[in-house]
Amino acid sequence: MKKQKSMTEPIFNRFDLLSDEIVFLILDFLNDDPLDKKSFSLVCKSFHAIESRHRKILKPLRSEHLAKVLIRFPFISYLDLSLCPRITDSSLGVISGNLVEIDLSNATDLKDLAAASIAEAKNLEKLWLVRCKSITDIGIGCIAVGCRKLKLLSLKWCFGVGDLGVGLIAVKCKEIRSLDLSYLPITNKCLLQVLELQHLEDLVLEGCFGIDDDSLTALKQGCTSLETLDMSSCQNVSHVGLSSLTSAAGCLRHLSLSYGSRVDLALADSLQKLSLLQSIKLDGSQVTCSGLKAIGNWCASLTELSLSKCSGVTDEGLSSLVTKRVDLRKLDVTCCRTITCASVAHITNSCTSLTSLRMESCTTVSAEAFVLIGQRCQFLEELDLTENNIDDEGLKSISRCSQLASLKLGICPNITDKGLIHIGICCSKLKELDLYRSAGITDLSILAIARGCTVIETINIAYCKNITDRSLVSLSKCSKLNTLESRGCPLITSFGLSAVAMGCKQLTKLDIKNCQNIDDTGMIPLAHFSQNLRQINLSYTSVTDVGLLSLASVSCLQIMTVLHLEGLTPSGLAAALLACGGLTKVKLQASFKALLPPTIIEHLESRGCVFQWRDKVFQTDRLRSKILETTVGRGGMKQFHDMV
Amino acid sequence: MDPEERLCADARTKPLNNQPFIGFSSQQKNWEDSSLLDYGMRIEPQISYFNPPTETQSSLACNFNNQTQITSQKSYQVNVACESNRIQDWDPRSTISSLSFLEKKIHQLRDLIHFINGQRGQFTGQSDELLVQQQMLITADLTSIIVQVMSTAGSLLPSVDHSRVANPSAGVSEDIVLPDYAVNKVEDDHSRVSNPSTRVSENIVLPENYAVNKVEDLTGYFGAEENFAVEDHELKSDDDADEGENLPPGSYEILQLEKEEILAPHTHFCTICGKGFKRDANLRMHMRGHGDEYKTPAALAKPNKESSSESILIKRYSCPYVGCKRNKDHKRFQPLKTILCMKNHYKRSHCDKTYMCSRCNAKKFSVLADLKTHEKHCGKDKWLCSCGTTFSRKDKLFGHIALFQGHSPAVPVDEAKASVGPSDRGQISEATTKIEPRDFNFKSNVMEVKGSGNDPTSYFSPLDFGTSNAGEFHEFPRLPFEDSESSFSFLFSGSCDYPPNTGRYSGPNNLE
Repeated sequence: MKKQKSMTEPIFNRFDLLSDEIVFLILDFLNDDPLDKKSFSLVCKSFHAIESRHRKILKPLRSEHLAKVLIRFPFISYLDLSLCPRITDSSLGVISGNLVEIDLSNATDLKDLAAASIAEAKNLEKLWLVRCKSITDIGIGCIAVGCRKLKLLSLKWCFGVGDLGVGLIAVKCKEIRSLDLSYLPITNKCLLQVLELQHLEDLVLEGCFGIDDDSLTALKQGCTSLETLDMSSCQNVSHVGLSSLTSAAGCLRHLSLSYGSRVDLALADSLQKLSLLQSIKLDGSQVTCSGLKAIGNWCASLTELSLSKCSGVTDEGLSSLVTKRVDLRKLDVTCCRTITCASVAHITNSCTSLTSLRMESCTTVSAEAFVLIGQRCQFLEELDLTENNIDDEGLKSISRCSQLASLKLGICPNITDKGLIHIGICCSKLKELDLYRSAGITDLSILAIARGCTVIETINIAYCKNITDRSLVSLSKCSKLNTLESRGCPLITSFGLSAVAMGCKQLTKLDIKNCQNIDDTGMIPLAHFSQNLRQINLSYTSVTDVGLLSLASVSCLQIMTVLHLEGLTPSGLAAALLACGGLTKVKLQASFKALLPPTIIEHLESRGCVFQWRDKVFQTDRLRSKILETTVGRGGMKQFHDMV
Repeated sequence: MDPEERLCADARTKPLNNQPFIGFSSQQKNWEDSSLLDYGMRIEPQISYFNPPTETQSSLACNFNNQTQITSQKSYQVNVACESNRIQDWDPRSTISSLSFLEKKIHQLRDLIHFINGQRGQFTGQSDELLVQQQMLITADLTSIIVQVMSTAGSLLPSVDHSRVANPSAGVSEDIVLPDYAVNKVEDDHSRVSNPSTRVSENIVLPENYAVNKVEDLTGYFGAEENFAVEDHELKSDDDADEGENLPPGSYEILQLEKEEILAPHTHFCTICGKGFKRDANLRMHMRGHGDEYKTPAALAKPNKESSSESILIKRYSCPYVGCKRNKDHKRFQPLKTILCMKNHYKRSHCDKTYMCSRCNAKKFSVLADLKTHEKHCGKDKWLCSCGTTFSRKDKLFGHIALFQGHSPAVPVDEAKASVGPSDRGQISEATTKIEPRDFNFKSNVMEVKGSGNDPTSYFSPLDFGTSNAGEFHEFPRLPFEDSESSFSFLFSGSCDYPPNTGRYSGPNNLE
């Protein structure tokens, strides 16, 4: 050994000429694949040490070795534990003072003791505790006292935290910029203290039912630094409370009033003082025509508007608004089922600089409207046309939007290869494409997309029955692909899957439900090459014990749905479940519950795995097609969608 | 003296004295009583002359020489007046003239009352108008005479301390009064106590056994009155209740008890066997055993409070501890409202805390009632700060933390222990609930051992160390907080001095 080392030393010396800083800079570019840095660190001890010192971000999937890992990477400043199953209080005992950001979302088992450990990270600036339900005011109090530099804190769904905890945060952490208090049982008491924070810019009060008009009108001063305010689902707040809250918050730029009170003239008038208001979210509210018109009149700097699932959005109101607000960048009219081509004509006519248009389920908009979109809104980056009447003419027109990154064409039965090939040719920046149940699509479209849109990351070809292995082979050239949904594509085989597995190393999410021709021969290359796979759905495939067991070599695998695999035996399943150490969620047939040894289930649950038992009747192919026929025959793809 | 008793006394007086002016006498007595008390209150405690016994004797003699019809109280007052005048450039002639004036006026008064009495019967037949007119005239006459009598009597009143009259050697009744006096050793009350005693001494010379009755009656009355006040005040325990009170200095009388008197466990002693009691009622019950004369309803009855209390000067108390804000010599003296306030204040502020809570073995009190109040809540204070302070309410804890830098809420210990690991879980379960108070007494014990070192074993209650084994010692929640900066570190700063081997604690030698 020693001889070997001395022989290799000259090479080391040459590399030692590079200072650590230069190597760090090189490492900064190794971001595409997390495995790259791992490979680098495995070269030699010196590289290993450099990599250890370089790493700032840590997002482990398991918390068992957290203590060792934190010792190896002493300069970690951002620790994301949101993917770890079952983080316990004791696993957080190792938290060091270097950490600047910690994400503990979904660690539902965490208690106040863990919060006390977090409080040891004195330099902490950002902390997410989403869904940490067991933490109470006491724990938050510890954090408030310990982490005085906190700038961001998310306490969403921390039901154990109330006025006292939040109030103490407001008293002790004066640096807070962003505070998420969604769904907390808080009242006006702590809001008073929160609004006294000098630097508060972003406040989320979503679903805080304890806050009402009476308490808001009692507030003497608003927060002058506030820029973003989310009061979604605050059902007890009307325009009265809102106007008193916003009276002093003249800097407010983003406001969300989703699922709140009726958007009428009175509410729109209360927005009049907010001259800097850039974005308004009114999702799920009842909207009046006069309200929309007033918003168009008052909000001079409006660039983003969301009316998703709003009732009462008419052509008149929407047209009046968009003709006044020509600077609009983002517009969401999802499920506004009463608007027609007239609205789209006004939108495209005035708001030519739109970058995002979401109009899922605007079923009354006729096909010619989509031609207008392509002609006039060429800066579009995001376009959601799910469940619309768009046809190939419309697609051809939309292909002019060369900046397009996200295109959703789910349940658009009128589109074919003819239109989609234009997209593939022109939209080279496309990252996300949704073709769910757009049954007119064949391999030709996918070939064009795979060739033209090489940066594509997410593709959904579910229930496009005509897709074959050729599509998958072509997609295997898209090295950035991380999500593939190909449910119900009966022509896809293990060959296509193994091609994707070999080509797309980034694959993290795979859904091959109901691809009966995929069997164990597809699983083995998948297990070998797709080391980043986190989520897989294998229901109704021909995979057996062998294939499932082979997946155990994918150490990242966390979520698995295994329903109705004919070749699966209880012992094989038990072995696979035990072998996959990182599982957090497994969907299984209820019949297996009795067949699996209870000790194994107990053991897996103690590791942090959650079982979901499904009791669906096995649907044969024939039955399936029968359902398909009847529902489509009755008309309405939507109903069909809902049923299956 | 309650009215019934008074009637009783009057009734007794009637046949015994058999004097023509019964009505007057009783009225006079009434008046005298109030003035007497009034006068007693005005006495300044600072001035304490020594009154030679001879003076009292002589005054008594003088009293007899006068042979007036007036009541003994009256004679006492005269006697006092003579005395005071003698001290401050005493002029017997002026006093005598005043007295004769008084006598004259009292005669007038008596006549008038007779007249009223006589008229009452005649008027019944007359018209209402005339009756009203006449009555008004009579009332005006009566008022003017009373005013004159009072002012003259007032001129006789001395402005000096009369505690000297109360000298134990004064009067024949010394033996009888002394025990009572001993009980009420309150210096400032001398005058009050002495008044009856002097009275008694005068009465006792009267040949009738009425006087003996009177002695009992009066001593019992006065002694009890004092005690009654104490009992009453026991209800108010807060000695800071008068914080906001702004009495102008001099508008109240300052009384100060000595330390020994404050700390005396009993304030009522049996004159016969010397047994002490906290309450006069208990003493009266006890007295029954000493003879039938103590079993009379009069002897057993609860003496009533003075009816003319509004004329009494407000009493305030001073703490005997020099330098205390509650001491009368303090620059910004704040008097204490009641005698019990004063007692409690003195015990709380200037005495050792001898009552320790047996439940937490940490809290100590100098007033027993405070301990009892604490015991009601002990163990219920579940909201704990890192500084060791416990709160019964969560919002109080958070208010405390918001106020102080570096304090943080302490995570409940049972939670800390639960996460230690599955291996420890077995032994934890039994002790999780009561761990909080235990680590507090641990802390306080350690501190005390360091401080005293005389007999350290006495500080360790069996709960702490006697029964604790090594395993239990480990249960103190050190694990998650071992850093010196941890919120619990203060708790273990002391405990860390000792290795977790309980064997070392067996003998005191190891500790120093």
